[in-house]
Amino acid sequence: MTTKRIIPCLDVRDGRVVKGVNFEGLRDVSSPVELARYYSDNGADELVFYDITASAEGRALFTDILTEVARTIFIPLTVGGGINTVADFDRVLKCGADKVSVNSGAIRNPALIAEAANRYGDQCVVLSVDVRRVDGVFRVFAKGGRENTGMEAIEWIRRGVESGAGEIVVNSMDTDGVKQGFDLELLDAVCAAVNVPVIASGGAGCAEDFVTLFDRLPLVDAGLAASIFHFGEVQIPALKKQLAAHGIPMRI
Amino acid sequence: MIAIVDYGVGNLFSLQSSLVAVGAETVVTADPAVLARADKIILPGVGAFGDAAAKLRESGLAEVLTREVGAGKPLMGICLGMQLLFEKGFEYGEHQGLGWIRGEVRPISEVIGEGLKIPHIGWNALHFGEKKHPIFRDVREGEHVYFVHSYYGANCADSVIATAEYGAELTAAVACGNICGCQFHPEKSGDVGLRILRAFCESEALA
Repeated sequence: MTTKRIIPCLDVRDGRVVKGVNFEGLRDVSSPVELARYYSDNGADELVFYDITASAEGRALFTDILTEVARTIFIPLTVGGGINTVADFDRVLKCGADKVSVNSGAIRNPALIAEAANRYGDQCVVLSVDVRRVDGVFRVFAKGGRENTGMEAIEWIRRGVESGAGEIVVNSMDTDGVKQGFDLELLDAVCAAVNVPVIASGGAGCAEDFVTLFDRLPLVDAGLAASIFHFGEVQIPALKKQLAAHGIPMRI
Repeated sequence: MIAIVDYGVGNLFSLQSSLVAVGAETVVTADPAVLARADKIILPGVGAFGDAAAKLRESGLAEVLTREVGAGKPLMGICLGMQLLFEKGFEYGEHQGLGWIRGEVRPISEVIGEGLKIPHIGWNALHFGEKKHPIFRDVREGEHVYFVHSYYGANCADSVIATAEYGAELTAAVACGNICGCQFHPEKSGDVGLRILRAFCESEALA
């Protein structure tokens, strides 16, 4: 049986990892290449890189960094941020990305999902969705969570999978940053609606939150987090041992 | 020198990088003369079986590769590259493969049962038979590698050298003489994958 995946997420701006990190033995805590290698050597099952650069120079720098990461790290790499066209898919895949994550780009142009899936295969297209409850309804937010699209989230995700998205990253804005655990209600609804891998994001504050996630929702495939890994609050090797001890399949 | 066959399917950057990481001299090529000079050949591939098989035949590479492996040159197929080693593939119709290994490529949906997600994507454990093939010399029973596939090698019991459990015992790797293949991606399987690639590059036993 496939193992549940633990995925650290690195936000990169102008060539540097944005959230400060504090690891012993890491010379340069904001070097994407060094941090990626550290995670790869310490149990990460996959890495996600988000390009949060606004400028063209920054974008070129990001692809240089991605190339360098893919040259030295041999686990699956997902890349997101600023993916609006098939040409953007091409740009990051050529640098060694295995999967490409779309969010606002797919909201602006839903045909992008099918176009990319036809060209590169479903397994390559990850639909990332920022969700917040508005008057008790799950709504899709665009532009890094700044804009309510008015779309109902589960329906949007279902449509995305029908169009060819091979994996869903569900980021709950309600639980993100609160560190009180993943949004189980939202994730449960997504798992019931689609039959592709679901990656939980937003809300992990401690190792127990991952245990609860996989225990309560066995259909969730992976847990993604950023700051709790970057700040060393949760160490991935220890986390995976704890999960394995709970009978959750892990790659140790 | 290890030649990676370039026939216009998929991105070879990670594969080449991983071979460099294990100290192999590599070249990405579609040139018959270079393939003839290479010590070993890797046949990669992502995408659909029919398209890839057609590309191999139309480019003349199928013929070149058949000659090289016929002369005893070691070859490893990876993912779709492994599937192409078989006689037939049933992805969007029925297509001829290279036919070097007996068996066919069928949808995993036929065997894995209800409730499991397709594709089979993620890390899964390798299981070996009694005798471990040389490419797995440095891999322990139960170590994990990274899979992404919806089709699998079927009716090929004679050549299976590793399996992975996903609702059924799926073919994870096959071998027949100097030819071998991995359904999983060694170039995306961390340290375990690098050990497999190193063993393939170094093994004298395949020739």
